[in-house]
Amino acid sequence: MSMSDANTERLRDAPPGGAVRSGRSGGERPVGGPAAESDGRPNRLGGNRSGRRRREGGRDNQVVPDVTFTSYYGRQVVRPSPWAADIPAYLFLGGLAAGSSLLGAGADLTGRPSLRRTGRLGAAAAITVSFGALIHDLGKPSRFVNMLRVAKHTSPMSVGTWLLTAYSPFAILGAAAEVAWILPLVPAPIRGLLSRLGRPAGIAAALIAPTVASYTAVLLSDTATPTWHAAHRQLPFVFVGSAAAAAGGLGLIGANAADSGPARRLAVGGAVLELLAEQVMEPRMGLAAEPLHQGVPGIVIRASKLLTASGALAALAGRNNRVAARVAGAALLAGSACTRFGIFYAGQASAKDPKYTVVPQRARINTGRSAGS
Amino acid sequence: MTTSLPNPAVRTGWTDPPPRKGFFTDTSICIGCKACEVACKEWNHVPEDGLNLLGSSYDNTGSLGASTWRHVAFIEQPAFPGSGPATNASGTTGPATSVSAPRTRTSVDLGLPSFELPGAAASAGDRTEFRWLMSSDVCKHCTNAACLDVCPTGALFRTEFGTVVVQEDICNGCGYCVPACPYGVIERREGDRSVHNSGVAQKCTLCYDRIGEGQTPACAQACPTQSIQFGDVDELRERAAARVAALHADGVEQARLYGADPNDGVGGTGAMFLLLDEPEVYGLPPDPVVTTRDLPTMWRRAALAAATVLAGAAVSFLGRGSR
Repeated sequence: MSMSDANTERLRDAPPGGAVRSGRSGGERPVGGPAAESDGRPNRLGGNRSGRRRREGGRDNQVVPDVTFTSYYGRQVVRPSPWAADIPAYLFLGGLAAGSSLLGAGADLTGRPSLRRTGRLGAAAAITVSFGALIHDLGKPSRFVNMLRVAKHTSPMSVGTWLLTAYSPFAILGAAAEVAWILPLVPAPIRGLLSRLGRPAGIAAALIAPTVASYTAVLLSDTATPTWHAAHRQLPFVFVGSAAAAAGGLGLIGANAADSGPARRLAVGGAVLELLAEQVMEPRMGLAAEPLHQGVPGIVIRASKLLTASGALAALAGRNNRVAARVAGAALLAGSACTRFGIFYAGQASAKDPKYTVVPQRARINTGRSAGS
Repeated sequence: MTTSLPNPAVRTGWTDPPPRKGFFTDTSICIGCKACEVACKEWNHVPEDGLNLLGSSYDNTGSLGASTWRHVAFIEQPAFPGSGPATNASGTTGPATSVSAPRTRTSVDLGLPSFELPGAAASAGDRTEFRWLMSSDVCKHCTNAACLDVCPTGALFRTEFGTVVVQEDICNGCGYCVPACPYGVIERREGDRSVHNSGVAQKCTLCYDRIGEGQTPACAQACPTQSIQFGDVDELRERAAARVAALHADGVEQARLYGADPNDGVGGTGAMFLLLDEPEVYGLPPDPVVTTRDLPTMWRRAALAAATVLAGAAVSFLGRGSR
């Protein structure tokens, strides 16, 4: 069917108001009231208003055919989360903390003091800021402790709260052991106690850390947000890869050349895992992958791939160059942050557009694969 | 409709609970008066949330949300070919309107009050079959409720009536229930301290306070046409099935039930609907699935990913000395 045929078909089906049949090409999203289709053309006032109606004039060149679907005045069906930038920031920092704990414990056990210090301090700082972000995002921050009145495996946020509650004291104790040797005012007995507790605390934190890095993928996927849910099989691998790349990047910046080998290897391994997992993930998401490539989230995700890949290459190429290692580390950190922000906001966009909810569900019904059949 | 919905109250731990309660909203007899919206707001102290003209027929409410627990949808559309009695059966004989001029911009009669007899201005030949769908939407009180599953504080709970209610003094406003709901019903109430329950997730309680005293929920009590019916879910299901059969017998083939299938993606809903078109026409998801159905898979994959990064970190310390 040619594009003009598709348009005709849509218009013939189009009701004068209420239920609006919408196309999927860029900007072709009639958000119309009763008058929307009375002139034979969709009302574009409510559509993509930002002048980003790509290819609207060049519809003949478009390869992907229109998907026609019905919605109620173009309004969303599911609701986007009410979460602000606190949450993607936490996704990044929580991953950074987890990976840093792994590096810190490994460096402690293999005698790499500068990497140990970077890992332990980085983990404690990142998880402390994370707590601030998480509490700040609550509608009633004063009731944060209500999170601790139940433990529910059906709620990834409850599971995550308990994981963080278990992880954070160890991570902070590990950092305290580092700080005890730097600060001048710590009494000797406390300094001695902290230095003895540093290793077991660091190891405990490192054992919990992988779950801290991976559960956040479940946190997003266990929703009706189309793009997050459709990613549920691969997103944990994207997120732990991103966490490893970020922590490796921080290690490359903070550790001296003699100690930074494991950070480099973790960073490169994490970057490869993240990029591979994304390649596996996107074709399996169907229509829900589309927001990953559109608008600002699409740009941020492209930037994340570029930063992560170039950071990993720079880390490999610059193994004898401190400046190159630091630039690589910064690129990996930025890449990880972009991954989290990009995926978060792509999901928000997918919830706001009824297309991503209605089209796959209608397709399930039309092919006899509905939930009830 | 012989299978009955399980009462989730039993599964939740209530011993010997009363029969499951719910709504049957028969949209074929809704007249769009919005008495349900008003009664709900009055009884439940739901604050005002915007007095706007949305340009969507008579719907100036928008959608369900933190401060809209009943929402009447208005859809104007040409009647389906061959659906003759539909317009009459739905009780919504809309005014004549012209939808037959696709190329020229003409004004559309919205049916707003005028000083002329309806249709007097247009000749009979210009008229087309037209219908006006109205439907009062509400929280579905799912058998498998995603909002309740993901709530990390236990603020959302299953009542003895099998309904799902937020405890406003427990909720800390984490907002997780909001993206979890497959219908987009529950929402965190925004606003400063002066707004009642701001920062807390809010939705229909099926008037928990009223039904506990043997009363009818405010919306059903106020509904002048019995479009909104309240009662035991088992009985409502029988009534709904009978109503669909009657409409089909009258030639209204588009009549169908929504939420009445215990095998659907949410295990059936306590609030079910009789619709006259596809669910998405009313802004409802055509095949909703409780997201936690896939949660065991998600946890397995997350555990595998965690093991991968732990092993990867260990391996990265093996390599060749410092480099």
